[in-house]
Amino acid sequence: MAQLLEVEQLKVSFRSHGGEVQAVRGVSFDIGHGEVLAVVGESGCGKSVTAQAIMKLLPKRGCNIKEGSIHFEGKDLLKMSGKEMKQLKGSQISMVFQDPMTSLNPTMKIGTQISEGIIKHKGLDKTQAKAKALELLKLAGIPNPESRYNQYPHELSGGMRQRVLIAIALACDPKLLIADEPTTALDVTIQAQILDLMKDLQHKFGTSIMLITHDLGVVAEMAQKVIVMYAGIVVESGTVADILERPKHPYTIGLLNSLPNYEDGEKERLIPIEGTPPDLYDPPTGCPFAARCEYAMEICVEELPKAFTVNDGHYSRCWLNDPRAPQVAEFAAAGRDES
Amino acid sequence: MTEVLLEVENLKKYFNVGKQSLKAVDNVSFSVRKGETLGLVGESGSGKSTLGRTIVGLNEATDGKMVFEGKDVRTFSNKEKRKYNRIVQMIFQDPHASLNPRMKVGDIIAEGMDAHKLASGKERMDRIYSLLERVGLQGEHAKRYPHEFSGGQRQRIGIARALAVEPKFIVADEPISALDVSIQAQVINLMEDLQRDMGLTFLFIAHDLGMVKHISDRIGVMYLGSFMELADSDDLFSEPLHPYTQALLSAIPAPTVSREKRERIILKGDPPSPISPPSGCRFRTRCPHAMDVCAAKVPEWKEIRPKHWAACHLY
Repeated sequence: MAQLLEVEQLKVSFRSHGGEVQAVRGVSFDIGHGEVLAVVGESGCGKSVTAQAIMKLLPKRGCNIKEGSIHFEGKDLLKMSGKEMKQLKGSQISMVFQDPMTSLNPTMKIGTQISEGIIKHKGLDKTQAKAKALELLKLAGIPNPESRYNQYPHELSGGMRQRVLIAIALACDPKLLIADEPTTALDVTIQAQILDLMKDLQHKFGTSIMLITHDLGVVAEMAQKVIVMYAGIVVESGTVADILERPKHPYTIGLLNSLPNYEDGEKERLIPIEGTPPDLYDPPTGCPFAARCEYAMEICVEELPKAFTVNDGHYSRCWLNDPRAPQVAEFAAAGRDES
Repeated sequence: MTEVLLEVENLKKYFNVGKQSLKAVDNVSFSVRKGETLGLVGESGSGKSTLGRTIVGLNEATDGKMVFEGKDVRTFSNKEKRKYNRIVQMIFQDPHASLNPRMKVGDIIAEGMDAHKLASGKERMDRIYSLLERVGLQGEHAKRYPHEFSGGQRQRIGIARALAVEPKFIVADEPISALDVSIQAQVINLMEDLQRDMGLTFLFIAHDLGMVKHISDRIGVMYLGSFMELADSDDLFSEPLHPYTQALLSAIPAPTVSREKRERIILKGDPPSPISPPSGCRFRTRCPHAMDVCAAKVPEWKEIRPKHWAACHLY
């Protein structure tokens, strides 16, 4: 058992009025112990569904995990009973959601919400749990934990609530923390605080983090490894330096190019990715990015490329990486290499 | 470029909250020049949206002046107000909530034209088609409903609606923050093209500093209802004067791994409540340079360097 989490060929689809939406179409990745993996992609690319599949949070009705396996410490989560999963959730794997406004129970005191999990999973009594909860609040950087302990969520700001959620998620010393856009709803100065906190706690406890985000700046800040998702598949994966500086997929290159370069004085026109992502009711047989890709060839429309190995640990699902493909200058020039 | 389109002087917008008053915009003065893009940044609750809405007329100002093309908007006659409502338009943040789901796209776009009786019959349809094409959609989209479009397309519809009444000045309130990264660049490019072709003036409100820098000629930084700093966007980014601006800029995570990481200034705590803002300088409770004078006296809004304004006791 080398990796903490191994996801293989995961396929998830939803039934809806219009037919079957293939939200996740064969996603594989792994997360090592103490590693931060960033999952990058635009809305609808399947990144949140993947996380929900790992946490088994997908609705039972209308949703279908068609194929694949999710191994956590060698055990397949998809084959686990509800009871086994309940024990795992909250203690071994926990999750922080995007919206700190709606993910706390508005009718329960902060303290109760933190100690709930501790009592359940750690078998501590109420006073011990309270002591642990206060310690966690302090760790999460919340001033005056004693008075906050008895407050309700509406009395806290967005950043404070996100800190409480992180405290809850870390209450039982989980091995894996799944953070789904944890800072998207926050202001930049608060985002900086929360990212700092997460990095700090990750160093302290060696927690592995699966960080879902669309912000490549946050990726650079936090992650060691990155997977880039598009239309339900992983189009590129590698180390953070591979992805941000030597990307080998036109979609990743497009994402990086569409960001304004605010540090340079020169004002250049942005280079957007034209068009919109494909409809996942009827995903294209070839590369899903082909319709928006300026390098698209005939084969791109016909056949979905396999994951080409760029170098050890860096994979790209793009036909341009095939030795027979024409050389594309942007592949060499891509990224933001310092000159 | 130097001709002033809108001059805002000591503008205040207070909301009543029970017996207290929430000072959303407090004593703000700045000008918008013809043809420029003025960016407005600040965290949630800084009053930037309220300021935008007050300028457009969606909120009534509590006090102060807004001089548009030489005349105070607040003393306008009804006829002048109607004209002002036409030539000053707004683009909203949420493309899902700002289009009426029961109206066809063509009628949404034409609503302003109808209200101002700008066109009817075939001319009206022709203008709808040309507007749709102008913003990168197709004429046939006029017959569809908003739910048939993606977020980026809906934002284009919102822009077409604003353009339909031939505006001079557009207040764009976080027009791209609900969109995906690759779509954001599309919308920004469209706005830049429109500005160049139609000579529009923009007030661009956002919290994404990178995009604001890209699109703006000048940038104003707001905190808790007041301006902290206002400067040409290059100056603001290269030499921020106000400690709040410095912290704000240092907080943006850069999408790069090789570059030396900038020293990050982490602000402690959250912004205080605008119902009872701190005495003196509003930022002093989180400011790393706070001095005694900061609590005692409101810092003066002054031109510290040519064209570079800030309100801070350090200068």
